[in-house]
Amino acid sequence: MKEVTFIVYRKDPSVSEEEKFEEYKVPVEEGMVVLDGIHYIENNIDPTLAVRWNCKAARCGSCSAEVNGFPRLMCKTRVEDMGDRIKVSPMKAYPVVKDLVTDVSQNYDIERRIPEFKPKEGLQEPWRVDEMDVKRSMEFRRCIECFLCQNICHVIREHESNYVGPRHMVKIASLDMHPLDDVDRSEFLHDEGGAGYCNITKCCQEVCPEHIHITDNAIIPMKERIVGSYYDPIERAIKKIRRKKR
Amino acid sequence: MSEQSISDFTRIETDVLIIGAGGAGLRAAIEASDNGAKVVVLSKSLLGKAHTVMAEGGVAASLGNVDSKDNWGIHFADTVVEGVHLGDWRLAEINAKEAPDRIYELEKYGAMFDRTPDGRILQRAFGAHTYRRLCHVGDKTGLEMIRTLEDQVLHRDIKVHDETVVTKIFKKDGRAVGALAFEMRTGKFMAIKSKAVILATGGGGRLFKVTSNSWESTGDGFALAFDAGATLMDMEMVQFHPTGMVYPPGVRGMLVTEGVRGEGGILLNSKGERFMKTYSPNKMELDARDVVARSIYNEIQEGRGTEHGGVYLQIHHKGAKFILDKLPGMHSQFLEFAGVDITKENMEVAPTTHYYMGGIKIDPEDNQTTLPGLFACGEAATGLHGANRLGGNSLIDLLVFGRRTGQSAAKYTKDAQPADVSENDIIEEISRVTGFLNKPSAVNPYELINELRDTMSKYAGIRRTEENLTTALDILLKIKGRYSEIGVAGNVRFNPGLIACFELHSLLTTGELLLRGAIQRKESRGAHFRSDYPKMSEEFKRNITWHMEGNEVKSSFSTMPELPPEMVKIVGQVEGHTQ
Ligand SMILES: Cc1cc2nc3c(=O)[nH]c(=O)nc-3n(C[C@H](O)[C@H](O)[C@H](O)COP(=O)(O)OP(=O)(O)OC[C@H]3O[C@@H](n4cnc5c(N)ncnc54)[C@H](O)[C@@H]3O)c2cc1C
Ligand code: SF4
Ligand code: SF4
Ligand code: FES
Repeated sequence: MKEVTFIVYRKDPSVSEEEKFEEYKVPVEEGMVVLDGIHYIENNIDPTLAVRWNCKAARCGSCSAEVNGFPRLMCKTRVEDMGDRIKVSPMKAYPVVKDLVTDVSQNYDIERRIPEFKPKEGLQEPWRVDEMDVKRSMEFRRCIECFLCQNICHVIREHESNYVGPRHMVKIASLDMHPLDDVDRSEFLHDEGGAGYCNITKCCQEVCPEHIHITDNAIIPMKERIVGSYYDPIERAIKKIRRKKR
Repeated sequence: MSEQSISDFTRIETDVLIIGAGGAGLRAAIEASDNGAKVVVLSKSLLGKAHTVMAEGGVAASLGNVDSKDNWGIHFADTVVEGVHLGDWRLAEINAKEAPDRIYELEKYGAMFDRTPDGRILQRAFGAHTYRRLCHVGDKTGLEMIRTLEDQVLHRDIKVHDETVVTKIFKKDGRAVGALAFEMRTGKFMAIKSKAVILATGGGGRLFKVTSNSWESTGDGFALAFDAGATLMDMEMVQFHPTGMVYPPGVRGMLVTEGVRGEGGILLNSKGERFMKTYSPNKMELDARDVVARSIYNEIQEGRGTEHGGVYLQIHHKGAKFILDKLPGMHSQFLEFAGVDITKENMEVAPTTHYYMGGIKIDPEDNQTTLPGLFACGEAATGLHGANRLGGNSLIDLLVFGRRTGQSAAKYTKDAQPADVSENDIIEEISRVTGFLNKPSAVNPYELINELRDTMSKYAGIRRTEENLTTALDILLKIKGRYSEIGVAGNVRFNPGLIACFELHSLLTTGELLLRGAIQRKESRGAHFRSDYPKMSEEFKRNITWHMEGNEVKSSFSTMPELPPEMVKIVGQVEGHTQ
């Protein structure tokens, strides 16, 4: 059986801050993915090797890592496409919990702060929604929260701004494009969300395993929304009055 | 190595402790919280990643948006009939009646469903549902459901400890009063004291080698409940989904949604014959899952299978535009994992272990188990689906009974006093956990897990015989005998091997009851097929239940309440034209 070499990042901060790469020989089966290789090591060589995974079907967004330096889902990356030496390391934007596992909990804190969906008042039930509106919003609702886009975004990596990051821009876009949603998130985007920090490099959309056009379809329209409603004093005034009425 | 002291743990106190953050656990959390209870949720996986996230095809509710003749009665009857009268009719009634409200409620929480041209929720056909009944969002229904519920939970005052493994339910004076868990991220133990405990731990599909199930579906909830003295039921009833991927080997078992057949996909053998014509001339590909799975199995056994041991599933006749619109997830799944373009080529499929119908026995009125203070809902609970689950009936089960369980647990806590968990009990459990660490010459738990999974797949799958089941039980008991030998290096922090030590116990409990139940059930009913007893027998229109008495495993037969006359009539409408 053919073998490849996995070069895997190891670190257990509860023991020491030392980082190292260990090499493991892994037999290759046809159609095998990188996560299978990691499981092989876990099952047969070192059961303490930490990896986060759940579905092994590219649906849950757990197994994000850098494979040969590129952010990917391990369960969706075929071994045969990666050469004979496969280097696997954790996402760089987050603190390492152990080995390939990083602490992504800050994303839940951000989600808690994003104003949630609130339907318009007085809608006739059951609701009617146009098919086209669902289709448009669907692109963003495909997000599996793998945080690979957050990982690659230089603004997030630098940890110096309050920018929520591409994943959360996608979330805001999905809420905003719900035709029955009644919340104006432009103030949040502008102030707390730090949307101005994104300089549209589009790196995020290149790594999205769900092929969401993060920058083109979510971030840019959301930025325009801020310019439209936030900086337009007349529109702001009208909005304020409307809000008071409610 | 950092040595962890066993008396180093955090105490947490709450009204309702929910174990599991799949659809059932999250829906229960929302409801318990809205009913004024303080809620803590624990989950083995990260929040938003639970098994439910994978659900594809849809969620069943008789909205009647596409087929206006549909109503709760027909949904109820479909459930009871396809469950081959093994289930609890009361659960089926509640489920069918409350389903539409739960869908509209989810929509108000922010979920989006595909629409009809006039803007109502679109519904698709699914196996053995009389009418088009499954509300869906492409083939990502579970993702939409989880994301919506996750959002609701994050915007409430609910404490979630994810990546936290529960190893024991604490009892005092004959009721459940809390649990012990460790947080994977920090390696810290927590002792939770609660007035009520809800198990929403999902199923146990990973007992088999070929499965659609996620990492966490190792039957933990079954073992936690059983060890605490609660009763389990129908443990021999496991659903094999007709269509899992077979090739390449790395993806074997990965689900191919029933939505493919619901949208017009057909099954062909290697001779190009549409074989469902012979097995089920009326319902064809859309017959109940047990029927379709056995038909495929049979074709393969009789030599009409494909090169890689499956049959063909064809959808390309519907055209690329239709497929990309209705089944985008399947299209990319095959393209990315198998290099197959389903808009042009056939898929290769074979049955895969999918759903656990059996589980923790509950009272249909309040989802309480036989152990007071312990509740169960979702796939962990049993009784709704009987001997065969209809597609789409699980997701709706999560919403309907998740909500009801949250309600009843919150109500229960109003009168219940919190009971103290003794320091001794806590420390005893912590030392059991740490006892697996750094034992000299320990056996690798994965070695035994893999042996067990191979055994179950080989001997206790779709086609069962007395001989095979007994062989499997012998092997299982040998593995069980070696349980005390397992161990792993390292510490508690994110140590997969340590978690495997617990999962092996859960899998052994689940597997043992499955095999013992399957041996006892000398008939074929629903998903349980005994080739040595191929017929259904009236004698076995009963449920096999299991509980612990001291250290002994006890089994008994119980019968479900009879259908009342007005329900017999409703069921008759459906049974009339299926027979
Ligand atoms: C690929 C696939 C497609 C499916 N499609 C459909 C469909 O279209 N329609 C449908 O109705 N059904 C479908 N199903 C079935 C359905 O998805 C599941 O039955 C359902 O999601 C189970 O939900 P649950 O909330 O009960 O548990 P799960 O979603 O399995 O969640 C269990 C939770 O319990 C936690 N847990 C388990 N053990 C422990 C422990 N020891 N300590 C702490 N936490 C623990 C887990 O971490 C997790 O959070 C599908 C299943 C699969 C696999
Ligand atoms: S486009 Fe914006 S969000 Fe995306 S990577 Fe660049 S800076 Fe980050
Ligand atoms: S937008 Fe794409 S890359 Fe970012 S979290 Fe979602 S799925 Fe992952
Ligand atoms: S394990 Fe779920 S996305 Fe890879």
